[in-house]
Amino acid sequence: MADHAVVAGDEVDLSRRKFLTRATIATGAVGAAFAAVPFIESWNPSERTRAQGLPVEVDLSKIDSGQMMTAVWRKSPIYVVRRTPEMLKNIAGHDELLKDPFSKQSKQPEYAKNELRSRTAEFLVVIGTCTHLGCLPKQRFAAGELYASWPGGFFCPCHGSRFDLAARVFEGSPASTNLVVPRYFYPSAQKLVIGQDEKGVA
Amino acid sequence: MANKTPAPSGQGSAAMQAFWSWLNKRLPVDAFLETQMTGYYAPKNFNFWYYFGSIALVVLVLQLVTGIFLTMFYKPGELTSFDSVEYIMREVDYGWLIRYLHSTGASAFFIVVYLHMFRALLYGSYRPPRELLWLIGMLIYLALMAEAFMGYVLPWGNMSFWGAQVIVNLFGTVPGIGPALVEWIRGDYAIADATLNRFFALHVALLPLALLLLVALHLVALHETGSNNPDGIEIKDKVDRSGRPLDGIPFHPYYTVKDFVGIGVFFVLFAIVLFFVPTLGGLFLEGPNFEPANPLSTPEHIKPVWYFTPYYAMLRAVPDQRLGALLMLLAIMAFFFLPWLDRSPVKSMRYRGWMSRTALTLFAISFVVLGYLGLQPAEGLYVMLARVFVVIYFAFFLLMPFYSKIDPVKPVPERVIYHAH
Repeated sequence: MADHAVVAGDEVDLSRRKFLTRATIATGAVGAAFAAVPFIESWNPSERTRAQGLPVEVDLSKIDSGQMMTAVWRKSPIYVVRRTPEMLKNIAGHDELLKDPFSKQSKQPEYAKNELRSRTAEFLVVIGTCTHLGCLPKQRFAAGELYASWPGGFFCPCHGSRFDLAARVFEGSPASTNLVVPRYFYPSAQKLVIGQDEKGVA
Repeated sequence: MANKTPAPSGQGSAAMQAFWSWLNKRLPVDAFLETQMTGYYAPKNFNFWYYFGSIALVVLVLQLVTGIFLTMFYKPGELTSFDSVEYIMREVDYGWLIRYLHSTGASAFFIVVYLHMFRALLYGSYRPPRELLWLIGMLIYLALMAEAFMGYVLPWGNMSFWGAQVIVNLFGTVPGIGPALVEWIRGDYAIADATLNRFFALHVALLPLALLLLVALHLVALHETGSNNPDGIEIKDKVDRSGRPLDGIPFHPYYTVKDFVGIGVFFVLFAIVLFFVPTLGGLFLEGPNFEPANPLSTPEHIKPVWYFTPYYAMLRAVPDQRLGALLMLLAIMAFFFLPWLDRSPVKSMRYRGWMSRTALTLFAISFVVLGYLGLQPAEGLYVMLARVFVVIYFAFFLLMPFYSKIDPVKPVPERVIYHAH
């Protein structure tokens, strides 16, 4: 054993050792990355949560003209507004005050990418969480309710974002996009299904 | 030196001494106390501002102990959280005391940490060779913010819910992956049971472990470089023949005794809040949080607890969600760069000129005013004022390389200024 150190000292190839060290570290890092996957994935919505996120049905006959009801879909409030002809009139004519009047940056299905942001003029269906940081904008439907030129719409109490009756955001709001329109369709005249359309379930 | 000491005081029975010697051969108790306490020299000119490090440590212990006991009665879950907190408050013997100790302790922690950080700004404690000490301290601050935020969610009151909604949605502003990231954090399509449960795990296990580790590193780094002092000069530069700093005194007993006085005064003030005004008029515990979480009803004015409001005011001062969130992040990250932004030839404010003094004063004022504005509704004058003070806040950091360099400084003394009492 006495000559062990001498022999070993002569034979150590440092470049090989460095290579082996680096290869070991690299292999370990890849292994650690793979091992992290199940832990990270465990934070995704679970099977049960996903199952509970199925489409919901709303009876439209219960909403009076000019009224709003809040449905719950995927634990989020869905605002369903039956707009009066006057409310529809108030949507037009202030495009220059809006951040995204033609909903180019906003999220909505193709059939709601229009000035009224809806399939049919009468009903507005939007996810009632502010696109800023998720508070619930309150209904301020009467023209002039917030200030003289207010055309009616939604006002978020948290950070002051304002939206018109097509849920389009006004300039000067912290929110930068219009309220999100979920997928929806009308299986019959008085029924609304949220979370599903011709293209399938959201 | 340790091997010359048979027992801590040379007293006690022979059996005691034998046990002590047995112990020290297996665990370096004496050596540790010698290097870190009785033989650890701290500058002799510490003043009022140097209380807050040790007080922070005491509050950390308080939070750990009360937190462990709260865990014994608290039940995380959408349906159980709120009720279990009410159960603690009304039916567990002394539960109200333990809960209020924990909630008042959270605010006290931030008061102490903010004063501790201000001390560092005042005397240049972040300057070389203490940059890493400062960075570790900032990581503690970040961990503390995460810990406090998640702790506030746990009672599942209405402000818990909506506070979580707002803060988690901040991650939605990350370009590209934002919405997916938010869903991953929540574990649901909205803030829900899954979110509450993972926040509980992080609040009681991961973050306390991280905090303890970081605090240990903070202390190790502190004891390596030694403390700064109000004169901002290195006491290690002037040593006696045995290598002891001429202007240093052993941490124990001198500063342990001093710190006990500070801790005593702290607990008197703490007890006044704890027993007479535990919610501090909605500042420490907000009114809406005494109502159960309601996903379909946002409180009239959502605001975080006071220690986050300076950043919250910044978030709301910007009429764009992504820029607002970015500004908030930058406001916190700016502290990390202080050691490299400061170009002054002296550390302590005592020897700096009017520019640095004015800058620090304005910064402190802007932090407090932003904190006030963050508690107010986001409208009209409040938003305009917030914009003004955001500019002042960032000017402190961004202009520092210039004003700290050209600022006329006073000569720094050779030895610390110390007046015996």
